[in-house]
Amino acid sequence: MSHLADAPAPAAGRVVASPPPGPPGGPGHASDPSRLARRSRAQTKVRWELLRNLVRKDLKVKYKGSTLGFAWSLANPMLLLVVYTFVFQIVLKNGVPRFGIYLMSGLLVWNAFSGSVSAACGAVVANANLVKKVRFPLAVLPLSAVGFAAVHFLLQLLVLFVVILVLGYHLLGPNLLLLVPAGAVALVFTVALSLLVSALNVRYRDTSHLLDVALLAWFWLNPMVYSFSLIQEKLHEWTWIYLLNPMAVVTIAFQRAIYGPPPAGSAGKPVPPAHVGYQFYLEHLAVAGAISLVLLWIGLYVFRTMQADFAEDL
Amino acid sequence: MARHSSAPQRGSAFSLPGRRSATAGSAGSAGTDGFPDVGPPTGLDAPAGLDAPAGLDAPAGLDAPVAVLRPGTATELSSVTAPSAPAGTGPAGGTGPGAPVADGADVADGADVTAGTGAAAGPTGVGVDGTAVIQAAGISKRFVSYRNRATSLKERFVRRGGPAGEDFWALRDIDVTIGRGQTVGLAGANGSGKSTLLKVLAGILRPTSGTVSVQGRIASLLELGAGFNGELSGRDNVYLNASLLGLSKREIDRLFDSIVDFAELRHKIDDDVKHYSSGQYVRLGFAVAVHVDPDVLLVDEVLAVGDEAFQRKCLAKIAEFREQGRTILFVTHSLGLIEDMCDRVLVLESGSLIFDGAPTVGTTLLRQKLGSLPADGPVDWQYATVRPSSVTFSHHLGGPTTVQYDPGDQLVISVELDLTDAAPEHVYLHTYIVGQDEIPIWMMETPLGGFRLGPGRHVVDFAVPRLPELLGAFAVKVHVSDAATGAPVTTRRFEELFGVNGTQAGGLLKVDYEARLRG
Repeated sequence: MSHLADAPAPAAGRVVASPPPGPPGGPGHASDPSRLARRSRAQTKVRWELLRNLVRKDLKVKYKGSTLGFAWSLANPMLLLVVYTFVFQIVLKNGVPRFGIYLMSGLLVWNAFSGSVSAACGAVVANANLVKKVRFPLAVLPLSAVGFAAVHFLLQLLVLFVVILVLGYHLLGPNLLLLVPAGAVALVFTVALSLLVSALNVRYRDTSHLLDVALLAWFWLNPMVYSFSLIQEKLHEWTWIYLLNPMAVVTIAFQRAIYGPPPAGSAGKPVPPAHVGYQFYLEHLAVAGAISLVLLWIGLYVFRTMQADFAEDL
Repeated sequence: MARHSSAPQRGSAFSLPGRRSATAGSAGSAGTDGFPDVGPPTGLDAPAGLDAPAGLDAPAGLDAPVAVLRPGTATELSSVTAPSAPAGTGPAGGTGPGAPVADGADVADGADVTAGTGAAAGPTGVGVDGTAVIQAAGISKRFVSYRNRATSLKERFVRRGGPAGEDFWALRDIDVTIGRGQTVGLAGANGSGKSTLLKVLAGILRPTSGTVSVQGRIASLLELGAGFNGELSGRDNVYLNASLLGLSKREIDRLFDSIVDFAELRHKIDDDVKHYSSGQYVRLGFAVAVHVDPDVLLVDEVLAVGDEAFQRKCLAKIAEFREQGRTILFVTHSLGLIEDMCDRVLVLESGSLIFDGAPTVGTTLLRQKLGSLPADGPVDWQYATVRPSSVTFSHHLGGPTTVQYDPGDQLVISVELDLTDAAPEHVYLHTYIVGQDEIPIWMMETPLGGFRLGPGRHVVDFAVPRLPELLGAFAVKVHVSDAATGAPVTTRRFEELFGVNGTQAGGLLKVDYEARLRG
């Protein structure tokens, strides 16, 4: 009875993508065990198509009836950009050049992460009625929360790129390639934590409150508002402990990819560690990726173990 | 669906624990030919034979299990059913194997099934595995009392190793095998575990112990329109819901028009579902669920909602599914519905399966249980000097308690007596077996002079070596009297019942008779 989401394996999507062309309209109840097994699996495996439909549903519901619709979720971070630039660069003078861009390059990915995890946390509970009445792959609930945040993230990133290019800063170049491993690590880590908290929250409703507090504190464990070099100055050889947090690594990698090293001759401190090459980032991303994979394994295990009791616990 | 015309079919349709593989609806067809001739051709003909007179569309899908009957079972069943089905079965044996295929719209599928079973099964038959759609073995479900469950992290740690809560066993050790094409009713009083069993079979609840395996796509009508989002249009909800149930977009595209037409909502399909009336909502939910082309349909009381026209439509759809040979399992309190629609009924009582067999017997049993009569003797048995404290039914002396019997089975009725010091020296018992409306069916007595019993507990066994051809659920009434004086001591009518699965639906007894036109 382990109807379980074996992770959103691409293979699962393919299973359904090619439905048997049964006799139109007819029940087609041939005693074909492999067909039965396939149909049975379609109800218990996570399928891309279902995931896509759920994400689309969430987007539709969210922007329904609002005139600007999607533009709101793009306007929000852009407004933040202006405000933070004003506060940190003009009022507080923290010395980071192009602070708005610096902030955004880290903040967008953090927002996607924290948005996914907190939405996923309540996903199963919010769909209690469905969970108790319909047999379907339950893992799509937290995963669709991740998908929802991912769609926003990609669009916001696009807008950020446009802003950077319009302002005439350097962007295009091999540095952007760093986004690929960094994005992958962020995705794995987000999925892992989303599965974990969504399952735990069904039985232990404290999880969501705990998560809220944790995310609030966690925000400051990433070098988004301050610069990573400050941490290096303070921690010296203990910096690796700070970098055990996969989101911190993802953040600095995103900053390196989008914000880049400060232009030569700028008066500020060396913001992202400009003196280190891509090697530094790739090494740390590998460690963060390993941590994320372990967490993903734990998340899947916990979700799989607990999901059979969801209908009872809700 | 006239009850009488379907009787021969139904008679053989239930599957008793003893002969699990007798899943098919039309085994009666095996006819008087006897077992050596029962090959796939005869078996497959059956639906055609039954079809014509009864107007029942014997499902094409039912054919499959027929070929699978174990030889022994087939003989047994045929000898039982043949006399009561004189009309349809006789000529059936002569028809060629092609006959059943010409059954209306299902031509293609029928052919498919024939080919499939012919190749796989052969005359000797295969195991049940090939046709069992739902297999549940040793299912138990325990609900931990909510009070005793850690629902927060704090409790989790504080209560660790604390006392185990009082648990509630919603299901106890249930074994069910349901073959393809069966329509099975789940009945029982409130809280007997029907819905829990349905949810366990649907894979929504995990059994505490035991295993469940279900082949194919399940559509569970546990609640119509579960998962609809009010903010979305009917169209979006149809796609989303069908997608949840395991359909691909292409499949939904193909079915979409049919779904909308069935729900009669073409004019509103692009409106938000929150603006639907509750009837429209339910209609759309039902339409989606039945269009997902389920292999197994699980229905939980949902037919009680909606107006009469809608209910009729639902029932018609379910009847259509039956004809297509899909497996249907439904929970209902309407015993009439079970008698009309089901091949088999499972009766649950406080989480245990107490009956599994013919609908007429099962519903009678349940009716008697639900209307349980507290009819006691003139002298209240509880205060009598000889107290009939319990009665048990079993197949063998000292065997496990069983409530379900077939004609010809041995039945041992054990009456337990508690005697006080003031009890008469010789105790005489009259034991009546009573049927519906308290009609005595037969009576058994202790030998002349009674038994000499001292104070304490004694058990008197009445062994019936071969049960007669009876149909129904029966209770036991015990009269206790003093053997020496003949003075009555007490009377107790037990509420425990046993059922006998005779095969005739039109009465209590089977008699041999002949109908002839005079002149």
